[in-house]
Amino acid sequence: MITGQMLDTILFYGSHLDIPTHLAMHIPDGFLSLPVSLVTWVIAISLIAFSLNRVNAGYQERTVPLMGVCAAFIFAAQMINFPIPGGTSGHLLGGTLAGVLLGPWAGSLVMAVVFIVQAVLFQDGGLTVLGANIVNMGLIGTFMGYYLYRTLRYSLGGDTWRAMSVSTVIAAWTSVFVASVVCALQLALSGTVPLPVALTAMAGWHVLIAIGEAFITLIAVGYIWRTRPDLLFDPPQRVLFSKDSE
Amino acid sequence: MSSSRSNNRTWMIPGLGIALLVAIFLSPFASSNPDGLDRVSQDHKFVNKALKDTPAKKLPFYHLFNEYTLRGTPKPLATPLAGLAGTLVTFGLAWGVGKLVVRGQQSLPKDG
Repeated sequence: MITGQMLDTILFYGSHLDIPTHLAMHIPDGFLSLPVSLVTWVIAISLIAFSLNRVNAGYQERTVPLMGVCAAFIFAAQMINFPIPGGTSGHLLGGTLAGVLLGPWAGSLVMAVVFIVQAVLFQDGGLTVLGANIVNMGLIGTFMGYYLYRTLRYSLGGDTWRAMSVSTVIAAWTSVFVASVVCALQLALSGTVPLPVALTAMAGWHVLIAIGEAFITLIAVGYIWRTRPDLLFDPPQRVLFSKDSE
Repeated sequence: MSSSRSNNRTWMIPGLGIALLVAIFLSPFASSNPDGLDRVSQDHKFVNKALKDTPAKKLPFYHLFNEYTLRGTPKPLATPLAGLAGTLVTFGLAWGVGKLVVRGQQSLPKDG
């Protein structure tokens, strides 16, 4: 059943891009107004500058290879769109994952690198709205996601598999949901789409997409928790290798 | 922890290996359904507000990559090769940023 609107969309994509797009929550050029773009650029640059300082002052050289690997994995994982019931798809954002592995500061730098490579090399996400994309899909995860994870984990006992997994799942899910709400606010403030429409549509799909985020983040963090827990930004006090029977 | 230094490097190989495997071998199976924002912009008819002639298309990289496809390669290879290139560039860039920014104490025998 092809409606006129769908046909327009197909023609629009077909004539310009040849392949299906993988925008995800990547905002393209043209969706945000100049003021919204500018404000999000300022937020992104301030937090990145702050992160540069903190990494400079507080991180050790052993973190450097992990930054490379974490960025590579998140870039690769972002290419893999998983289907969502209802004819939509989603993919990992990875902000919470980067925050849990590297802490909010190095994690934020890693996320910025990922979105810069995507926008500059692969035309994925607009260059003029890169600030908004870094904030929404990166920094909300590395800051809000990370601090939610840390608060929950230590309030649940800290060093057990259960505390880690429950807090990882909740933080990852929440970061994507919040990102979709923030994205909807930006679209509405830009006059692109009315707020109630943007909110219900964005939040509606991302309630489901966020489940994928939680799942992949748990697999990745869980793998490191079992194999090299010392690599985590907040390693367990006692390194426990045999918690499989929990 | 006498071999902590080499340990800290060996985990990288499976780490980067997993990323490359995902980018090369899973990318062709990615769902081509419109994703979150994409779907919303189609349903609510603002998809056409996206610029067609974007600034990124004026960069030299556009001659190399058309979105996640490497130009001039056969269709089945175009996305895996773009994924391979993108993963390695991201790896190198993030490593380089870390190397530049982390002050690090090079002469520390045991890192905590």
